[in-house]
Amino acid sequence: MRSGLLSVPFVQGVGQPPIRRRVFVTLAVFGGITLLTCLLAPLAGSTPVHLSRVFDRSIPFPENVDAQILFIARLPRVLAAALVGATLASAGVVFQALLRNPLATPFTLGVSAGAALGAMLAITFSLSLAVGAISAVPLAAFAGACGSVAIVYGLARARRGGLSTNVLLLAGVTLNSFFSAIILFVQYLADASQTFRTVRWLMGDLDVAGYWPIAAAVPFTVAAFLAFAYLPRSLNLLAVGEDAASSRGVDVLRAQRLAFFSASMATGAAVSVGGPIGFIGIVVPHLVRLLVGADHRVVLPASALFGAAFLVVCDLGARTVMAPMELPVGIVTAMIGGPFFLWLLVRRA
Amino acid sequence: MRAGRSNPGSIAAALSACLTVAFGLFAGGCGGGSTVADSRSAPAHGVVSLVPAVTEMLFAIGAGQQVAGVGSFDNYPPEVRALPRVGALIDPDLERMLSLRPRLVVLYETQTELRTQVESAGIEVFPYRHGSLSDITATLRQIGNGVGRTAEADSLAESIERRIEAVRVRVRGRRLRTLLVFSREPHTLRAIFAAGGSGFLHDMLEAAGCENIFSDLVRDSIQAGTESIIARAPDAVVELRYGTAVEESDEILEARRSWMRMGSLPAVRAGRVHVLVGDEFVVPGPRVAVAVERLARALHPDAFAPE
Repeated sequence: MRSGLLSVPFVQGVGQPPIRRRVFVTLAVFGGITLLTCLLAPLAGSTPVHLSRVFDRSIPFPENVDAQILFIARLPRVLAAALVGATLASAGVVFQALLRNPLATPFTLGVSAGAALGAMLAITFSLSLAVGAISAVPLAAFAGACGSVAIVYGLARARRGGLSTNVLLLAGVTLNSFFSAIILFVQYLADASQTFRTVRWLMGDLDVAGYWPIAAAVPFTVAAFLAFAYLPRSLNLLAVGEDAASSRGVDVLRAQRLAFFSASMATGAAVSVGGPIGFIGIVVPHLVRLLVGADHRVVLPASALFGAAFLVVCDLGARTVMAPMELPVGIVTAMIGGPFFLWLLVRRA
Repeated sequence: MRAGRSNPGSIAAALSACLTVAFGLFAGGCGGGSTVADSRSAPAHGVVSLVPAVTEMLFAIGAGQQVAGVGSFDNYPPEVRALPRVGALIDPDLERMLSLRPRLVVLYETQTELRTQVESAGIEVFPYRHGSLSDITATLRQIGNGVGRTAEADSLAESIERRIEAVRVRVRGRRLRTLLVFSREPHTLRAIFAAGGSGFLHDMLEAAGCENIFSDLVRDSIQAGTESIIARAPDAVVELRYGTAVEESDEILEARRSWMRMGSLPAVRAGRVHVLVGDEFVVPGPRVAVAVERLARALHPDAFAPE
């Protein structure tokens, strides 16, 4: 059993308020921002919507375009953005700690490349199957994500008793290139319209057109967030080193395995919903660390909340900046995230 | 250490063996192509067309005999299946093209590099550009001129224009607000790509007595978001299906089911979700008149009822 009193004296600096209060204050502030964003974002869009009409009970729903836009188009989108943003940002935190690498993202270990391969195959071969309301592309994407998670884990376990983070990294990076090569190869043989759809999928799209795709992803993300709740102390120690963590009573392999699987599965589910939306998983954790310090007990929940708000705002931009046309949300996150991240790098150097 | 030193040597040996085999295959491949050698000595003749629409035009005006090579995606008329393939928009096979010794190469306007290469080989080019409905008959007349079939091309162009005009007359005064979908993720309403306010799909819709709900967006295609579709409330939805192995009844069932997710859309409530299957809808060639007629018949069946 771990000793709670002995944990992370090197993170909790002298003179800082006790951790419980810091967590509470951070959650309150970030939670407030996220809640406000999620409440306000559905009100803006490419067409004006009058709230008085939306909630006018005298107009039946099939006649009430305002209500249809709000409940069929916007609300599912905002919820999808919040879910995907929270998942990718917190998975980014977990992977950065697990791999002890500030440049790690949820996609570093090949999850998104596996998902992209699955999605691309479903698009190119016009796979026409559906489980309930979930269509072939997200199903194939999730299957691809699971496949790459299994391969990377198998490779990292094969070398020695523990979970070698170096092997994880190298296997992930190699798998990324390998899957990308297969994707390019099949794309080269596919016809132009399928290639176009695949490329468009890779840019990310949160227009989920209903609640079912979100509902399907929720079990995986909830399971991941429950796992994340156990992780922060271990991550604090793992971020320093496996030996340090082990000497302080962390069951290193168990913590690594929990971190790897929960973050990977959640990433797979998120990518199945919205495509591989970049930069959330790397920019949000770093931004949050800049604001609240490096303690994972604060960083992890704060990143989840801020990631949700960040992606909701980016998607709001994606659907309004060029209205009535829509920008792929992955472009917006990278356009905002890219320059910001470079600035961060230069400032830190 | 010693094993480490011997490694580069064995790798080099393996590499050179591979190269030898590869060169052997290459030389064998070159020597075997006797038909290629024949066409090389003959004077330049024939047309290579990378553009399916223009290939169809060439066959439709009786210049099919002149077609010596076609693009990767050509599949109509059936005669093209026996012809050599010379790549397409992103992967044109210049070597194969030159080996066919064509007099004229039909390529996409955007293939500027290929155009320079073909022209430097002394071969004439016909740059093709995707455009509007009227551009189709204009292209037809130009290519007819280019292959010495001016009269045939003119009369075919006139007949296409006549047939489209006849449809316009039939549906005069009708403006059914329509969403024309040419690509969508099956079993859901995601990744919907629709005709924008320019291009031949848009023109076909107008000719068939419809108003494109995205006519204000002057682009050939747009990705239609859920919100914009609900807000623009189409009275009819037309989905185009093309390519191989498309079973019409399955597609209609799938489309009706998928659009039920937007059950409050006027088009869905009125039961006006149509699926049209056929390559003629996406190849802006001589079959475009058939496409316009089918579109108009599907959307305005009463206008075509026998009197």
